[in-house]
Amino acid sequence: MHTTTTATVPGALPRTPALALRGLHKTFGSPSATVRAVDGLDLTIMPGEVVAFLGPNGAGKTTTIDMVLGLAEPSAGTVQVFGQSPADAIAAGRVAAVMQTGGLLRDITVAETVELTAALFGRKDAKPHPFLERAGIADIAGRMVGKCSGGQQQRLRFAMALVSEPDLLLLDEPTTGMDVEGRRDFWASIREDAARGRTVVFATHYLEEADAYADRIVLVAHGRVVADGSAAEIKKLASGRTVTAAFPDATHLGAAADAVRALPGVEQVDTRGLRLVVRGADSDAVARYLLTGTSAHDLEVTAENLEEAFVALTGDGPHASAASHQTAPALDGADR
Amino acid sequence: MTTSTPPTALTAARTTGGLNATYLRLELRRLVRNRRTVIFSLVMPPVFFLIFGMNSEYKTEDAGNGNVTAWILVSMALYGALLTATAGGASVSVERAQGWTRQLRLTPLRPAVYVATKLAAAMTLGAVSVAVTMLVGLVTGGASMPFTAWVSCALIAWAGSIVFAAFGLFMGYLLPAENVMQILGPVLALLSFAGGLFVPLGDNWFADVAKATPTYGLAELTRAPLGDGFSWVAVVNVVAWAAVFSLGAAWRYRKDTARV
Repeated sequence: MHTTTTATVPGALPRTPALALRGLHKTFGSPSATVRAVDGLDLTIMPGEVVAFLGPNGAGKTTTIDMVLGLAEPSAGTVQVFGQSPADAIAAGRVAAVMQTGGLLRDITVAETVELTAALFGRKDAKPHPFLERAGIADIAGRMVGKCSGGQQQRLRFAMALVSEPDLLLLDEPTTGMDVEGRRDFWASIREDAARGRTVVFATHYLEEADAYADRIVLVAHGRVVADGSAAEIKKLASGRTVTAAFPDATHLGAAADAVRALPGVEQVDTRGLRLVVRGADSDAVARYLLTGTSAHDLEVTAENLEEAFVALTGDGPHASAASHQTAPALDGADR
Repeated sequence: MTTSTPPTALTAARTTGGLNATYLRLELRRLVRNRRTVIFSLVMPPVFFLIFGMNSEYKTEDAGNGNVTAWILVSMALYGALLTATAGGASVSVERAQGWTRQLRLTPLRPAVYVATKLAAAMTLGAVSVAVTMLVGLVTGGASMPFTAWVSCALIAWAGSIVFAAFGLFMGYLLPAENVMQILGPVLALLSFAGGLFVPLGDNWFADVAKATPTYGLAELTRAPLGDGFSWVAVVNVVAWAAVFSLGAAWRYRKDTARV
């Protein structure tokens, strides 16, 4: 696991990153109650990568995207988009975004919205139709935006983002509120588009969405990158289970803890009173060993969800122990 | 990843950021499509004139160098102009609440140009509003005033209404957004009474208070060509309120765009 993945082609000349975030911080609020939304985030994304920005709600994903787009000013650190400032990159049409909500006029048609966007980018000649086609909404070109479903509006935002032919496309939780089918269709359009070589960065809290559509997953929690790697690597992190079991006395507990540590796939062993808590990928092996080889009783196996994985990865004490106790509620379906 | 199919860099995008004809056209189309706007700007003022101004007594009664009907006609034209301008200014805050201005920041369009576009559209509709009302007055034949008054009253009402565009803009930034005109509508009606647009101001305490309201100065100036007389009080009133509203709007606008 590493924190800077670069997609350099062997022998290729070093290229300007599509996105370079260095020591990014963003704090909100009054001096009495400061919220550190982004807290020292470093990230490099090379042209052509399709990257998922995965994290629970409140991890700092949207704030980071706002800073990349120049909609928010970093409290500290730098943002470079193809070596430019966000404002310059926006003005040059090199970066575009599909935002989560809002940003549409309800009383104009779908085609008019795209036509206007094109005009604002100085492309008066650009006909809306091809963009609508690529976003899969050519059939509702004449519909008022206010009459469109949430999924159709999201596709419209996508069509608007395509107008400037951006080199970097950012999507902030783009499929929120879509049904399963709509979600699949939407991603098919994005994937098709990314195949042309566009760099795509999307924020999501759905692990399966990140897994299915990204080449690389950047896991964020508490405003920092806590893991960065391929989908398979990240999935492995979140696929662990926790086995807990009670012991009659501390001696038995201590002996079992030492033995369990040696089992393959065991990542973490803790004791809590007379209970042993074992985190690892192969819960079956741990359970089998505990029940057959030790005096353990009242054994429980709980599936680990992403949030627990995040917490374990961030490794900040109070949060970590608090969250690993409970069977934390599912992270908006992230682990289903 | 090979570089054989790079996304085409957009060169045309670098050119613009200024006033955009497509945007202005679309804004006008939106105004005309909006039933409420059409009723308030283009239907209500002439209908009010027909209801309140066509009394046969008014047609014969003199007011300055015109008749009372002309006096009411000019008042209604101004009413339409300032209603249209206020609604236009206030619509900026509505669109801000809907996240549209944020979306625009992802385009080369500059925020100041956006506001200018909105105001230009509102002023264009305001011109149509004034023209329609004056035309109804002309066609129905009741209003009588010198030719220069027909033209100059209309022009002053229209040009002066920009003060109320600033008013709408400022209030839009201050008030909770989604339906700011539901608050400003009644406020404007009250202000219109204070400006003597619906009934002439008498000689009482209300008239004294009214002199300080933003409608009073503009109404006085608009009716000046009718021989109501030009007064410096009215000029000071208009200039002062114009300063208050535009500085206020500029202050909130700066705060809003710097908020980032």
